[in-house]
Amino acid sequence: MTVLVKGARVLGGDPADLLLKDGRIAAVGERLSATGATVVDADGLVALPGLVDLHTHLREPGREDAETVETGSRAAALGGFTAVHAMANTDPVADTAGVVEQVWRLGRQAGLVDVVPVGAVTVGLRGERLAELGAMADSAARVRVFSDDGHCVSDPALMRRALEYVKAFDGVVAQHAEEPRLTAGAQMNEGDRSARLGLTGWPAAAEEAVIARDVLLAQHVGARLHVCHVSTAGSVELLRWAKSRGVQVTAEVTPHHLLLTEACAESYDPVFKVNPPLRTEEDVRALRAGLADGTIDAVATDHAPHAVEDKESEWAQARPGMLGLEQALSVVVETLVEPGLLDWAGVADRMSVRPAAIGRLDGAGDRAHGRPLAPGEPATLLLVDPAARVPVDPAALASRSRNTPYAGRELPGRVVATFLRGEATVLDGEAVR
Amino acid sequence: MKRHLLESADLDRDDATLVLDTAAQIDQALAGREVKKLPTLRGRTVVNLFYEDSTRTRISFELAAKRLSADVINFSAKGSSVSKGESLKDTALTLEAMGSDAIVVRHGASGAPHRLAGWVRGSVVNAGDGTHEHPTQALLDAYTIRRRLGRLDGVRVTIVGDVLHSRVARSNVWLLTTLGAEVTLVAPPTLLPVGVDSWPVAVSYDLDAVLPKADAVMMLRVQAERMNASFFPSAREYSRRYGLDAVRMAALSDDAIVMHPGPMNRGMEIAADVADSVRSTIVEQVGNGVSVRMAVLYLLLGGNA
Repeated sequence: MTVLVKGARVLGGDPADLLLKDGRIAAVGERLSATGATVVDADGLVALPGLVDLHTHLREPGREDAETVETGSRAAALGGFTAVHAMANTDPVADTAGVVEQVWRLGRQAGLVDVVPVGAVTVGLRGERLAELGAMADSAARVRVFSDDGHCVSDPALMRRALEYVKAFDGVVAQHAEEPRLTAGAQMNEGDRSARLGLTGWPAAAEEAVIARDVLLAQHVGARLHVCHVSTAGSVELLRWAKSRGVQVTAEVTPHHLLLTEACAESYDPVFKVNPPLRTEEDVRALRAGLADGTIDAVATDHAPHAVEDKESEWAQARPGMLGLEQALSVVVETLVEPGLLDWAGVADRMSVRPAAIGRLDGAGDRAHGRPLAPGEPATLLLVDPAARVPVDPAALASRSRNTPYAGRELPGRVVATFLRGEATVLDGEAVR
Repeated sequence: MKRHLLESADLDRDDATLVLDTAAQIDQALAGREVKKLPTLRGRTVVNLFYEDSTRTRISFELAAKRLSADVINFSAKGSSVSKGESLKDTALTLEAMGSDAIVVRHGASGAPHRLAGWVRGSVVNAGDGTHEHPTQALLDAYTIRRRLGRLDGVRVTIVGDVLHSRVARSNVWLLTTLGAEVTLVAPPTLLPVGVDSWPVAVSYDLDAVLPKADAVMMLRVQAERMNASFFPSAREYSRRYGLDAVRMAALSDDAIVMHPGPMNRGMEIAADVADSVRSTIVEQVGNGVSVRMAVLYLLLGGNA
């Protein structure tokens, strides 16, 4: 497939044409032409390197009623993603080479994004003993990110060993920072609202205490640490402090923590129940500022599909989590680009370049992501219309689930096309398959 | 009045006063009558949907509906389709399909009545949800205070005990302050929610300092198992610091009353001789509960029969 993209603003710059040929960017320039090429009119559209999600729940194997690798891949492509890290909390848990290879193979079959499996840190996510991390790293899935996400690796000695052990294959532990003894039965952010609503509180300190501990451990053993879904102002401060001391720590924030606050819990509608919970306005401001100044490295969706019956219930009975893949870029445009906190190069950095580097997808080779949009590089990119404002319709989502917290909201930024190694996965805002 | 009674935080002063005045009228209308029954809700169906055991609240609502001549169905989660895994939504739709006009719901999950109200066309009455609210308890408490002390405006009410886990405390804080009372919460700091400083109340850790200034003291039930989660060191220590015994009761002013929503832990938060004293309104509260619940059902259902 040869594609000629006409007049796209690369990283928001001046319009240019891009010729995509044989999976690579063949040329970037003005008034390019190519006989027989499919022409994509990109007038007014911004071209970005394909987005990389460090945190996706695809639910397969185990909960194919909520999402499959294929439906999740389609949702990802529609959101402008070209690679997603599939979290390990499936059933069975992705804690062996066999399971991660299965997920990786399903991703190849779907062929819409690169599905990069995350390996569990501990056997069965139980936090007792290390899973065979090396076997997962050496498998066809080439796992580099390890996480017990959904659970915290709360045992400090085990966390230390995990941080040390994965250095052997340049891995990283992605920590779900939540001190479990402080969050037993927790339902929402602890504060004025939880007190009034009678929902058990999830204190900010339960996240911050684990981050503080882990950055000290990472420094002590000289290992890489990645912090999942940072949600509080205090966490941002701790990360800023750790980075200033040279700790090899990276962090992600979710779209929903950038946009929504705990006020959503007033409705008792569990579509707004998520872990870590939605926080205060002050936290939202700190997270936006932290992402803008680079203290937080990446936006990661924590896309968490749930079947209707797991959300259409009492708040306490509902499962935590919300969809994110299809609206992530729009939320970043709404919360950072339009207010002037981040330019398009910044968006590319936080949603593609840095997450690719954290997941070690940034090198040369067939799986490269987060590369510059320049001749010779993989033709892995997206085109977004920053001017289009689209109301979110849960029924129109590609995900198999409907638990979007943005239903009815009009968000800016429509993904018009996505290309994975020169092949269109999305054209005219529709998935190609 | 609104279609539902979900929380006392919803009630403005006029709504709340209307309920109390209606309860008083009902009491007057029934006083001295041999047949304690009004025909108001004849042909209407009230369902008591109870996901938690609560004999006293369930019986109180049942009696209230029956005295208004409504048909009453008691649906307890135990031994029903709920124990077979039926969801709250399916249960609600089933009951509504059978023609219920109002659902009185008791549920262990905060916000369950709010969810229910989104799924059914009839009225929903919150009979206690998790650690959130129990609005009819607060209404009957307010009714009791008004009857005993003649007013609510400026009355100083002290609520003592496990505020953190208490829906009774939350409902009373909102309702009593709406009605002009001055509320003081007394508890060990572990049993007060983070964020309590934003509530329109005074907070104290010292029961003895507060008692002489109280017109009404409301003792909350404290569950001994809280001690296993280190909310306090032992039942005895709790009782020594926050229990109401005869010695402490003597510090109250002459007209002050002692209240308890029940069921009581005698010897824990309240001593037997206090519970049985002339200051105690505990039995009266139970009786008033029926009148207040009649008023609520009447106001929610009576107007559009």
